[in-house]
Amino acid sequence: MTINEAGTDTVPIDEIAAGSADFAISWVPKVLGSIEQGTNVTDVAQIFERSATTQISMKDKSITKAADLKGHTVGSWGFGNEWELFAGMQKAGVNLDDITLVQQQFDMNAFLAGDIDAAQAMTYNEYAQVLETMNPKTNKLYTPDDLNVINWNDEGTAMLQDAIWADADRLADDEDYQDTTVKFIKASIKGWMYARDNPQEAADIVTAAGSTLGTSHQLWMTNEVNKLIWPSTSGGIGMIDTKAWDQTVKIAKGTKNETGATIITDDPPKTAYSNEYVEKALSELKDDGEDVTGDGFTPIDVTLKEGGN
Amino acid sequence: MSAAGLVGGRLRRPAPSATRWRRAGLGALGVLLVAVVWEAYKAIGPDNGVVIGGLTVLPRTTDLAMPHVWDMFARLGQPVNGTSNAAPVWQAVLEAAGFSLGVAGVGWLVGVAVGMGLALLMQRFRTAESAVLPWVVLSQTVPLIAIAPLVRRWGSQIQFGDFEWQNWMSVAVIASYLAFFPVAIGALRGLGAPDAIHTDLFRSYAVGWWVTLWRLRLPAAVPYLLPALRLAAANAVIGAVVAEVSIGLRGGIGRMIIEYAQSGSGDPAKTWAPILGAVLLGLVAAGFVALLGLLLGRFRRGEVPA
Repeated sequence: MTINEAGTDTVPIDEIAAGSADFAISWVPKVLGSIEQGTNVTDVAQIFERSATTQISMKDKSITKAADLKGHTVGSWGFGNEWELFAGMQKAGVNLDDITLVQQQFDMNAFLAGDIDAAQAMTYNEYAQVLETMNPKTNKLYTPDDLNVINWNDEGTAMLQDAIWADADRLADDEDYQDTTVKFIKASIKGWMYARDNPQEAADIVTAAGSTLGTSHQLWMTNEVNKLIWPSTSGGIGMIDTKAWDQTVKIAKGTKNETGATIITDDPPKTAYSNEYVEKALSELKDDGEDVTGDGFTPIDVTLKEGGN
Repeated sequence: MSAAGLVGGRLRRPAPSATRWRRAGLGALGVLLVAVVWEAYKAIGPDNGVVIGGLTVLPRTTDLAMPHVWDMFARLGQPVNGTSNAAPVWQAVLEAAGFSLGVAGVGWLVGVAVGMGLALLMQRFRTAESAVLPWVVLSQTVPLIAIAPLVRRWGSQIQFGDFEWQNWMSVAVIASYLAFFPVAIGALRGLGAPDAIHTDLFRSYAVGWWVTLWRLRLPAAVPYLLPALRLAAANAVIGAVVAEVSIGLRGGIGRMIIEYAQSGSGDPAKTWAPILGAVLLGLVAAGFVALLGLLLGRFRRGEVPA
């Protein structure tokens, strides 16, 4: 197997369409747009069950729910990362005119400097970046007590994120490809189970493979990603929950961005997701005696150090 | 003809060592000056930067936005991250810069070859010039973000025998795409630079096109070519660094800038390390072309900026 890393201008799903990749990892809302434009792909395993996108703010701004964003400067990375935020605002009756939308960078400097009141942050990355930074007022690292977090899972506007996508045309008539799909899902799930049971080792493996992130930051990432997967409430890791899927589609159809556009205008085709392959993979894993739901999962406590080191 | 013209390259004897030391000293002083200005502004500038009418005209001076110069250099000496066998940052940066330099170098060579080829073609056939030149100019208006994914995708479908297209080759192709343009234009002007009286002389001796090219046109093109090669080197470096980010090639300085930017809040000094590496990369590329200029010193009469 070869892992093709994406760049800022390559879209993983397009690589499937172009025939240069067999599988791709991507967020569901981003792919829904591609599907409507004619890319024929299928979500074959929804690895992340929960959304990791949040909007964080300093305590003194008192922004605890989407409705509080009114009148504030709100950061977003754009490029498809904004939909949960927009959906949450729409649900709370906050118009895009009511806020000042700011394009956010890779780092959290604009947030820390006060240019952004409520910044977008993934639980596994940017949130940790803030907690790894010295608070000039206390000369200690920022703590979770300094921050308010709007979690889109709680607000009811979460969308499905990282999933494994396969070529729908090949799934339809290529038996070898169907087998490979099951095997690939099975192997991925084994990796995620290993990361659940051995977070420290998993973080070390990623660092050894060339990640330049700090070691405590890397462990934090592993732990937070585990929380997105485990415990699985959809019947096992990778299973696509119809309710969550429908919510994602509904938001994709009904949420307007600053130009008034929605991600999709119509329901996606039936081939947009399938539990057939992940079910096979899960039953094989269960036969091997593996725990695919992680009911007893408890996250570890990670202490972040300055700079994530 | 002036005296300077007559003695030509011989005027460019190596400078006496005292002068050379002075120039090196001035260069070092220039670098030091940047550091001094940086620190001076950091010391006296307001924490929130200089804001005029709601518009920030000068940056913030906090440690987050502008780390101390010595912190940046100190960070270079520390390991990349906390793992026991992590390399120091300076070593990682040098390795990444070396990698990018290699890719940019391949792109530069290909770009120079293609640019020279096009210029020769256009010089030889007037029709080719009318047909190709507009395309050459047009090619530079296509933005990099449009061609980068295309090059990568086409490349990944190339495979014959044992040869398989590598991602770094896509980056080199993009670097050459940016590098060939100044060479094509500069060389075309240079090849047409000899005075009519000289070409007429060659013709009156019934000298063929190839010999005229070798003895007259190419030497005459050098003063036009060197600035073009310098531009091409700069373009190749920029092309390689940007294309790395664009198509997701690991190992080079462009990718490193993005990777380290992720630590921008908690470890601000680390962010600047790959930027120093990129500066070094540019200097080495420029130095290489300067070296080339020394070798061609004999032909450098009345160099014109491209």
